[in-house]
Amino acid sequence: MADLLKRKKALSVSPLKASQTIGASLAFLGFSRSMPLMHGSQGCTAFAKVFFVRHFREPIPLQTTAMDQVTSVMGADDNIVEALRAICEKNRPSIIGLVTTGLAETQGADINLAVRQFRKQYPEFDNYYVVAVNSPDFSGCFESGFALALKAIIETLVPQTYAPAQSALEKEGTTEFTHRVGLRSKQVNVLCHANLTPGDLEFIVESIESFGLRPMLIPDLLGSLDGHLSSETYNPLTTGGLAVDDLKTAGESIASLVVGHSIQAAAKSLEERTGVPNYQFDHLMTIDEVDRWLDTLRKLSGKGVPVKYRKHRQQVQDAMLDTHFMIGSTRYAMASDPDLLIGFDALMTSMGAELVAAVIPAKAKSVEVLSIEHIQIGDMEDLEQLAKAEQAQLLIGNSHASDSAQRLSIPLLRAGFPQYDLLGGFQRCWSGYRGIQQTLFDLANMMVAHHQDISAYHSVYSQKPEAQVLYGNLGDKGPNAWGGH
Amino acid sequence: MKAKDIAELLDEPACEHNTKSKSGCAKPKPGASAGGCAFDGAQIALLPIADVAHIVHGPIACAGSSWDNRGTRSSGPELYRIGMTTDLTEQDVIMGRGEKRLFHSIKQAIEDYNPPAVFVYNTCVPALIGDDFEAVCREVEQRYDVPVVPIDAAGFYGTKNLGNRIAGDSMVKHVIGTKEPEPVPENAQREGVKVHDVNLIGEYNIAGEFWYVLPLLDELGIRVLCTLSGDARFHEVQTMHRAEVNMMVCSKAMLNVARKLQDTFGMPWFEGSFYGITDTSEALRGFAQFLNDPDLTARTEGLIEREEVRIRAALDKWRPRLEGKRVLLYTGGVKSWSVISALQDLGMKVVATGTKKSTEEDKARIRELMGDDTMMIDDGNPKELLRIVKDYKADILIAGGRNMYTALKARVPFLDINQEREFGYAGYDGMLELVRQLTLTLESPVWQSARTPAPWDAAIESNGVALALPMTSSAEGV
Repeated sequence: MADLLKRKKALSVSPLKASQTIGASLAFLGFSRSMPLMHGSQGCTAFAKVFFVRHFREPIPLQTTAMDQVTSVMGADDNIVEALRAICEKNRPSIIGLVTTGLAETQGADINLAVRQFRKQYPEFDNYYVVAVNSPDFSGCFESGFALALKAIIETLVPQTYAPAQSALEKEGTTEFTHRVGLRSKQVNVLCHANLTPGDLEFIVESIESFGLRPMLIPDLLGSLDGHLSSETYNPLTTGGLAVDDLKTAGESIASLVVGHSIQAAAKSLEERTGVPNYQFDHLMTIDEVDRWLDTLRKLSGKGVPVKYRKHRQQVQDAMLDTHFMIGSTRYAMASDPDLLIGFDALMTSMGAELVAAVIPAKAKSVEVLSIEHIQIGDMEDLEQLAKAEQAQLLIGNSHASDSAQRLSIPLLRAGFPQYDLLGGFQRCWSGYRGIQQTLFDLANMMVAHHQDISAYHSVYSQKPEAQVLYGNLGDKGPNAWGGH
Repeated sequence: MKAKDIAELLDEPACEHNTKSKSGCAKPKPGASAGGCAFDGAQIALLPIADVAHIVHGPIACAGSSWDNRGTRSSGPELYRIGMTTDLTEQDVIMGRGEKRLFHSIKQAIEDYNPPAVFVYNTCVPALIGDDFEAVCREVEQRYDVPVVPIDAAGFYGTKNLGNRIAGDSMVKHVIGTKEPEPVPENAQREGVKVHDVNLIGEYNIAGEFWYVLPLLDELGIRVLCTLSGDARFHEVQTMHRAEVNMMVCSKAMLNVARKLQDTFGMPWFEGSFYGITDTSEALRGFAQFLNDPDLTARTEGLIEREEVRIRAALDKWRPRLEGKRVLLYTGGVKSWSVISALQDLGMKVVATGTKKSTEEDKARIRELMGDDTMMIDDGNPKELLRIVKDYKADILIAGGRNMYTALKARVPFLDINQEREFGYAGYDGMLELVRQLTLTLESPVWQSARTPAPWDAAIESNGVALALPMTSSAEGV
């Protein structure tokens, strides 16, 4: 059981945390023809945009309610109405994700009231979906913001077709729901935590399809942010992603596959609204969890595991044997959002490596299951100091960790948000047998490259020419030469 | 910051924009705005001061998504690259613990990093709840005897441009004039060369490009007391009041600094740019002229002649590859004319340029440079830019990073001209980098690949009918 250590200093130095508001926006970027809208000052959006653009190297649709000095003090709910109108008129999106910043929450914005006001004032825009989420940056982190948005999306857009407790029904006096579970006999919902990459999602989609099932990613970041050159030359909205009309059929799927702890509340909400059963996975980064994933798909589909995956499994087993010499007993330090940390810890534990320092950006109960004694809530400075004290041999973290790795003279495996100094980092696949295999190869190569050879010893009696250079004429140096070199 | 103070900052008598209705920049429109906030502007303007601890007072988003953005370069200290923020929590906001956290944060920065000064940037949330951050700064400064400079730059005060001015104003109020420059060291003196002190305002040493220019100034005996703020140190900013002349480099964002130094210390200023051969030479002449030193003038002319001959010879082999290429230049600002002259030095033709933030004077200058048939773009939304690229048969779009993907997604060659870029284009030698980057994208074979449709799509296009084959495996889905 890991003990969570509270933030121990006033100043955050080299922050690890990406804001909850940004995480919430990401969830909306996985919808087709979508526009996330940040309720805050212009800069909130500009910074978030740069953050995403540097990571994905893609144009990112993102708008602002542009709170200024007057509205920040006097109330900016009108800005929301005005922004929603402007976006509907100009960009004709399918969905707008209204997410709040710390500024808006401090001021006391009532986003739901503002959305109702917008509906009243502009009925002509009734068929544009708006989902509102409270996601201030003074709480939580990237991962939790994504999860909050996912929950709000489900509760706003997925129709309730099932009531879990009959008594609750009677209390409310509603008529009985007719659940629609399994009406689409091949459709499977997939809910993934914020740090799964488009590459991870591609594995998820392919594996599900290989059993003859049809995956519905909620949200579909693979469709929108995989980095593709489309035939359109310009689009102010997302190019790809989940269509809201498809999302509405989530209640007709046979199952929901859930990857990650952070999104459990959202997944539970979906299950309660629709009766579609959840299958929970922590990650897909160990052979055990991938086994369980494929076995679940086997049971759901009634079809055998494709030969391809049986082969991949043998290959990853082989890779584990090949690489355990380099990775086994490696002391590593990691800083990331909780769900990513849980995945890597499981993988590294399965290889016999040891997590000696762990930092997460905000409190999360989920990491308490890890075997490391303490987990620090903190920043990259904490990571660097802990890694140094614990003599870590390897760092895992986002691009912000690169200076620390350099100062510590140990290799860095880049994972998580943001990755601005590694092209393709945004889409790297960590999941599935193949993903694991590549991770193991990369880790092993890093360890080999940083391997410290034993320094050569030159005997003072040596007749090798190298020793002559070092010691010269023994008579001159006398006993000093015995001190080695 | 009071509304009155903001209005005062927006009133800049030395700016040609000032009398126009869009003075102080138009109010941002909810749902249809792009660009940063006042905090963004203030941070960009001052962050390059390399030895200072820059603390952002606010919740995580302000610093968390913006630190470690490596446009500007330092020749020494790297402290400016370390992100520092009070990372306010919900409890801090509700219980009013922001001031206390700030106090301990500044103390921590001083104790751990021993900086010559700490800059504290106030942001929206503490500004709204009314943290008296200036009092905290004063208190720490007195107690620890380290300058702590308050920069009141909440994002909702206004645009990036206002933030630049807030930054400049803070330097004038709290830093400039608090120290005297060191005398020129004996071993840097040269026989017959009188050393003159100058400042550069608005030069950010993007990708280290000012290092293409600085050796020339050294050669002429021009000592740069401070560049505000590329590769600057705190003590250099302190001595800015002792310069003989200020050069406003390209941008007028910190014009208020030049004007206030003129009002208070009688220091003249001139405007110039280091982009392009012609403008670099003009800038050097500008110094000679304002410093009013005939010997310097003569030496400057000599240096210009030597450098121009050298660089033109070096550029000669590139010229045929770039000559006549058509450029759509969209910088949205005053940089337009300076870059135009650089491109014309290479024989390229600018077919259209952005003038959104240009003054009438800038526009006149552009017309003078390019003739009347050049399109001036006031509203450069991405769609409009692409239309102009097509209509005017532009070979390349040169713009800020924000428009990079507008170009790439439309398969148009692109060159980044703004502060995030990785390459330096300033000075004579910067021109060589500029031609390398221009030809790299213009002549790249990737455009052909990206524009060629897949054979099966090409077949459909030419036959006008789709083949009756299943197009994807998912066709057999549910």
